[in-house]
Amino acid sequence: MKRSFRDALRESLLILGQEYPAMVVVTPDLAKSLRITDFKQTFPDRFITVGVSEADMIGVAAGLATTGLIPVAAAFAMFAVEKPFEQIRNAIAYPNLNVKIVATHGGIGVGPDGATHQAIEDLAIMRTLPNFTVLVAADACETKTALKAALEHKGPVYLRLGRDEAEVVYREEKAFIIGQADLLTNGNDVSIVACGTMVAKALQAAEELRKVNLKARVINMHCLKPLDEAILLQAAEETGCLVTVEDHTRIGGLGGAVAELLVRKCPVPVEQVALDDQFGESGEAEDLFQKYGLTVSRIVSAAQKVMLRKSM
Amino acid sequence: MANNGLEIQQLQTKARQIRRDILEMVYRRQSGHLGGSFSIVEMLVALYYKVMRIDPADPGWEGRDRFILSKGHCAPALYAVLADLGYFPKEYLTTSFRCVNGILQGHPDLKKTPGVDMSSGSLGIGLSVACGMAFGGRIKGQDFRVFVVIGDGETNEGQIWEAAKTAAHHRLDKITALIDLNGLQNDGPTAQEMSMEPMAAKWRSFNWHVVEIDGHSFPQILDALNQAEQWAGQPTAILCRTVKGKGVSFMENQIKFHGTPPNDEEYQKALVELL
Repeated sequence: MKRSFRDALRESLLILGQEYPAMVVVTPDLAKSLRITDFKQTFPDRFITVGVSEADMIGVAAGLATTGLIPVAAAFAMFAVEKPFEQIRNAIAYPNLNVKIVATHGGIGVGPDGATHQAIEDLAIMRTLPNFTVLVAADACETKTALKAALEHKGPVYLRLGRDEAEVVYREEKAFIIGQADLLTNGNDVSIVACGTMVAKALQAAEELRKVNLKARVINMHCLKPLDEAILLQAAEETGCLVTVEDHTRIGGLGGAVAELLVRKCPVPVEQVALDDQFGESGEAEDLFQKYGLTVSRIVSAAQKVMLRKSM
Repeated sequence: MANNGLEIQQLQTKARQIRRDILEMVYRRQSGHLGGSFSIVEMLVALYYKVMRIDPADPGWEGRDRFILSKGHCAPALYAVLADLGYFPKEYLTTSFRCVNGILQGHPDLKKTPGVDMSSGSLGIGLSVACGMAFGGRIKGQDFRVFVVIGDGETNEGQIWEAAKTAAHHRLDKITALIDLNGLQNDGPTAQEMSMEPMAAKWRSFNWHVVEIDGHSFPQILDALNQAEQWAGQPTAILCRTVKGKGVSFMENQIKFHGTPPNDEEYQKALVELL
């Protein structure tokens, strides 16, 4: 079963808008594309458009936060964080302001719009900013719980969502705790650590592995920063090897975060299923996942490969 | 409240004292931006001693008027004023400014310095932040004003104009932007490096209310700030013609004093002129 990230965002903003009267949505002429016009109609006083000007959006969000409101700056990942990165650094991260940046369109899963709209570096760059919390929702259900966690958290948060329909991972809401990953299946042969739309594929890969009697531990690393070190170190010790899976460049994202930790505290073999150091292109999401190697079979073969390295 | 109701002559005396404090900071530390700090002294003195509703004993008071020094490198001018008003001990101007563990960073820091309403330093961002603050006041039903000082070189930044259109479109009339037209930017005269003329026409075409004044004349600054307060439906840009390095004859209009601190001899000579 599949559900849309953007429909989930629309529903979540409406519900959380009631719960959080301090929440204000700021967007750069993307309300329709984000499917959040319902929020605009329901809470017109708490919806601000800045037109097509992303740097301005970030400054406006920062100013709102200084008055005690909770701005949610919402746009495609490319325009929410990659275009106005310096403004985010100096006007939100450095003064540690309570701004939530919520981005759809993460990864090559964006599809037909092509490379200019596919943010494949956003997790890497946002992870480098002090004070920032970095979250990635795995599916529609987690979109809401992650957004709620972001609003509860005091401080800047980046929340990455996908564009399209995503395979359902969570059939019902599960508490989303910042700094804690979610253990989805247990197993001691290999750990598969995934985030975003790749979590569903990691679960399918674990199913495939089970057919050949291999038990994979699947972890939804929905919080890249702060990283759940305990769950990763335990996985490294108990399974002896890991595969990381993300719709993102292999440089500096989930794989990078996991490797940085393990190399310091528990060096075990790691294989990455991620995008190579190149841009995407237009195409349907599934076709792109096939072409660029973000597939269940690639995860399965990475798991088999990393297990071999374990015994070396 | 810091509305001391100082008369024009007292304001001029205060401006001279603030310039001495700025000189002292930059000379002692041998680092910081003198020229652009001197050009905004009268604006800051008028705002902080006559116009803004503030309470130095309660820097976080929600109802206070906000001030953003978008040209953040001129922090010495802001620090000298804040210290004089008692936001922090005056000796910090020389013991803390640009020093390790200091609360007075090279550029304004919201988290470290009481009285600083927004961190700044990277040019171009302040007017957008002012819009956010004005939206905040509107949403919360508070009537505070938002003042932002922008450099003329800084108006080269595209984001200034992004923010200008947002402020006008949303009729954020609580915003008053003071543009410091001192005519010199980092690499040279603005007329030569990157002319923004016609400046007044630019702001008008963005649907702002525009007032043009001598940025060192207290009566003109106070009158313009008063006009801005009365003006409804549009934000106001006060174009302040100023002199970079104002107050010290040999520093005036000298690009050298944009970022170069004075040596011993220059310091002594400048001090005499500011007494």
